[in-house]
Amino acid sequence: MIRLEAISRTFVVGTEPVHALRGLSEHVRPGEYVAIMGPSGSGKSTLLHIIGCLDRPTAGVYRLDGETVSELDETALTAIRREKIGFVFQSYHLVGRLDAAGNVELPMVFAGVPRGERRSRAAAALEGVGMAGRTRHRPHQLSGGERQRVAIARATVMRPAILLADEPTGNLDSAAGQQVMAVLRRMNAEGLTLVVVTHDPDVAREAERVVVLKDGRVGRRLTGSELPASGSGK
Amino acid sequence: MDLLELSLGALRSHRLRSALSMVGIAIGIAAVLLLTSIGEGTRRYILTQFTQFGTNILAVNPGKTDTLGIPGVLGGTTHKLTLEDAEAMRRVAGVDKVVAVAMGQARVEAGQRGRSVPLFGVTPEMPEVWKFRVRQGSFLPAGDLRRGAPVTVLGPTLKRELFGSENALGKFVRAAGFRLRVVGVIEPKGQMLGYDIDDCAYVPVATAMRMFNLDELIEIDVLFHHERLADSVARGITRRLTQRHGGREDFTVTTQTAMLETFGNIMDVITLAVGGIAAISLLVGAIGILTLMWIAVGERTGEIGLLRALGASASQVHRLFLAEAAVLAGLGGVVGLVAGLGLAALLRAAVAGLPVYTPLEYVLAALVVSVCTGLLAGVLPARRAARLHPIEALRAE
Repeated sequence: MIRLEAISRTFVVGTEPVHALRGLSEHVRPGEYVAIMGPSGSGKSTLLHIIGCLDRPTAGVYRLDGETVSELDETALTAIRREKIGFVFQSYHLVGRLDAAGNVELPMVFAGVPRGERRSRAAAALEGVGMAGRTRHRPHQLSGGERQRVAIARATVMRPAILLADEPTGNLDSAAGQQVMAVLRRMNAEGLTLVVVTHDPDVAREAERVVVLKDGRVGRRLTGSELPASGSGK
Repeated sequence: MDLLELSLGALRSHRLRSALSMVGIAIGIAAVLLLTSIGEGTRRYILTQFTQFGTNILAVNPGKTDTLGIPGVLGGTTHKLTLEDAEAMRRVAGVDKVVAVAMGQARVEAGQRGRSVPLFGVTPEMPEVWKFRVRQGSFLPAGDLRRGAPVTVLGPTLKRELFGSENALGKFVRAAGFRLRVVGVIEPKGQMLGYDIDDCAYVPVATAMRMFNLDELIEIDVLFHHERLADSVARGITRRLTQRHGGREDFTVTTQTAMLETFGNIMDVITLAVGGIAAISLLVGAIGILTLMWIAVGERTGEIGLLRALGASASQVHRLFLAEAAVLAGLGGVVGLVAGLGLAALLRAAVAGLPVYTPLEYVLAALVVSVCTGLLAGVLPARRAARLHPIEALRAE
């Protein structure tokens, strides 16, 4: 499904080139649950952005479902983001003036889904993350865990094949974090491919595979159960 | 249309500043609407003043004002306009009726009362040419134009001043040493550019020339069969009169349509100029919206990044901000429209006689202009929003 071949990504900061990724290769099969770990600056977020078609590699080939994404133009990438990929962010990124249902409807607005269908699909998606009773609440009226579940409903309402999560539990206490991870785990069990960037070994341990990045390359590949029991995931 | 809903939501979340920048456009639209309404009202007012004489009419005056302004300045004789000239015009193709006009000012007296008014010496066809109607009696009798019967027809204001509600028909008035019998009273015609055209008397043209010792006419008015004939009749009259005046075009032919056209053009330019000055305030309003939207893009960078991540295309983001600016200006336009129309109505009520007229096209144009202003003001901010790189935008939050 996701095939990354020798991906490099170089940013220019000032006059200095910064190599965020240096020839990284990785495959993700449909329905997999992969955690990406690694120290700050090891290229985790950059990798996630490239997988999510928000960014392009400077070198290397990215194939998604057999399509060579690294050659596509911005319009085509937008379509892929809309149809195939869902994003969940550490800071939720909910639109403050819209209520929960309005936030979940957003991607459908851009996809041109008719209003009636949007309403019912948003309601169903919110119910799926246990937020059926909070559809009319605005983000500031919700707890962090609730906000992240609204964000997950929004990321999955277009029924993408892949969900990309960047530190989804980073701003949550452990109880709320576990609730959020339970939702993600269940969606993965229903067939959603899950790629999670995390610092938290408890989150990573639930993954089938853990990819540890180091200096823009894959440092180690582990299974979730091979991770140490706590703490030193960094 | 769903994008529009999103735009509206964004505006609602900043009610005060949205309202304030709307006020800018509203003031501009109201000013443009009001001033152009006054211009248009004035134009219509003056046009109706002139067209009360009809549009299939032309006037011949002595002297060629088109070229030098002063007749006969190049030497040689300047021919006067005479009754014979007027008679000759009758035979030009397309001409229906001709009125020869001589004029003088005199004190008209009846019994103890008297009043100084203009006396017009005219030919009997005057009522049809000038669109006057006779209220009492009849107009000046037809017959030999050169004979000049001692009769007069009074304007209604003069009649009232001299005779009150009494019957004036058959009575005599004195003017410039002449004793004139009143044969008719004209129906009121009202004012022309603030001048009471009912306060005068009419006498046969030969009588007037004798009373005031005149040897020329001040004007010959020609009624022709149809408005469309204006040019051909004007040419025919010019040719005939030039011939009669020994090959010199020492007179001026003015068709009513040409005059109205010239006048209309002048008014259009004035209206445009005044509207243009008012449009400056519209421009200021547009800059207000531009500023607001520019700031909004900066504030909502994170949101823009999110929308891009959710699958919004650059052009959708572009449209989103453009729509926001257009809605803002459009609403401002509606407010300005209501304010402008209200002020116009208020002006009409407060200043009696001030001609204010707002055609429906102006109302529609005001709405279109305000929305277009918003679209224009939104172009730069919307482009800025659309060009943001999704990742950098996301990082902004």
